[in-house]
Amino acid sequence: MSKKKTPGLNTSSTADIAFLLLCYFLMTTTMGSQTGLSRRLPPIPDSKQQVEDQKINRRNIIVVRINSADKVLAGSEGIELAFLKDKIKEFLDNPNNDPNLPEKEVKEIEGFKAVPVSKGVISLQNDRGTSYAKYIAVQNELVKAVNELRDEFSMANFGKPYGRLSEEEQGWVKKAVPQNISEAEPKDVNASTR
Amino acid sequence: MSMFGGNNKKEVPGISSGSLSDIVFMLLFFFMVTTQMRETENKVQVKVPEASEVTKLERKDLSSYINIGTPIKSLQAQYGTDARIQLNDSFKSKEDIRDFVASEREAMKEEDRPLMTVCIRADQDVRMGIITDVKQELRRCSALKIMYSARKPSE
Repeated sequence: MSKKKTPGLNTSSTADIAFLLLCYFLMTTTMGSQTGLSRRLPPIPDSKQQVEDQKINRRNIIVVRINSADKVLAGSEGIELAFLKDKIKEFLDNPNNDPNLPEKEVKEIEGFKAVPVSKGVISLQNDRGTSYAKYIAVQNELVKAVNELRDEFSMANFGKPYGRLSEEEQGWVKKAVPQNISEAEPKDVNASTR
Repeated sequence: MSMFGGNNKKEVPGISSGSLSDIVFMLLFFFMVTTQMRETENKVQVKVPEASEVTKLERKDLSSYINIGTPIKSLQAQYGTDARIQLNDSFKSKEDIRDFVASEREAMKEEDRPLMTVCIRADQDVRMGIITDVKQELRRCSALKIMYSARKPSE
C-alpha cells in the first residue's frame, strides 16, 4: 500500500496562467517615466508685495516676450531663438561687470565659500495666442542657459561637470547660480511688440 | 553506415517545458515592477512638445495630471475641435480645477501635501491662453509646484 506513488501535479498549465497574467499587465500599465520642466508658480501677490516688486532694479531684470506670432523679444530687441541662450548667459554671468547688466552680491554659502551671486531675474511674458510649443522651446533655452552656467561654475570650482557632483555640492552650485525665471502676470503683450 | 542506421528506433526526447512557466513568471515580474497602472483614459490628443533640458518627475505618486488638447477623433462630433481640459476621466472647465486640486490634495497623506506637483500635459499646438488660465487657477488654489510635461527630442 505504502509503495503506491502519489501522481505528480500537472504543471503544464502554469505557463498559460502566467501568460494570461502577463498579458493583463501589459495591457493595463504604462511604461516610461514622466519627464518635463519643473517650475514654481509665484503665489498670488498681496498689495504689500507689489510695492516690493517694483523695487527690483531695472538693470537686474530682462524681459523675454513671445507675441502671438511666436516672435521672441529679449530686452528691447527681437531675437532668434538660437541666440537667446547666449544672451541670457551673458545677462546672468555679466563677466565684465557691465553697469547695464545685473549687479552681483557676494553671498556666503553655508559649508562652501563666499561667491558673487547674480541678482538677475528673467521675466517671461507671453500672449494668449502664443503657441505652447514655442513657449516650451523658449523655457527650454532659458533652462539651458542656467544649466550651462552651473556646469561652468562647477567645472571652475570642482573640476567636474554639474551632473557628477554630490548632492551637497549640487546644492551649493544651485545657490551660486540660481534659476530665477519668473512667469509674469498674464497680460496682453501683443500691442507692445508690434 | 551502422553508425547512423543502427539507432533509428530511438525516440528524440521531448523538450522539457517545465521551466517555461518560470521564464514567463520572470517576465511578468519585470513588467509588474517597471510599469505602473494606467490611471485615466485619454480623451484629448496630447503630443507633448520636445525639450532637451527635461528632468524626471521625482515622486510619481504625488503628482496629478491636467491634460489639455483637442478631443480625440471619436469625440470631436460631440465636443468640437477646440482645445479642452481633461481632469480625471471627463472634460472640465477651468473652474473645476479648484475642486480637482482640493480632492487630489485630500487623497494625499498630510506630510506629502506640500510636495504635490501638478503635471500639465498639454498638446504642442494649443495656444497659451488656455494654459495661462489654468496656471492662474492653480495659483489661486496655491498648487504652486507645476511641471510642463515634455519629452526628450529623439535623435
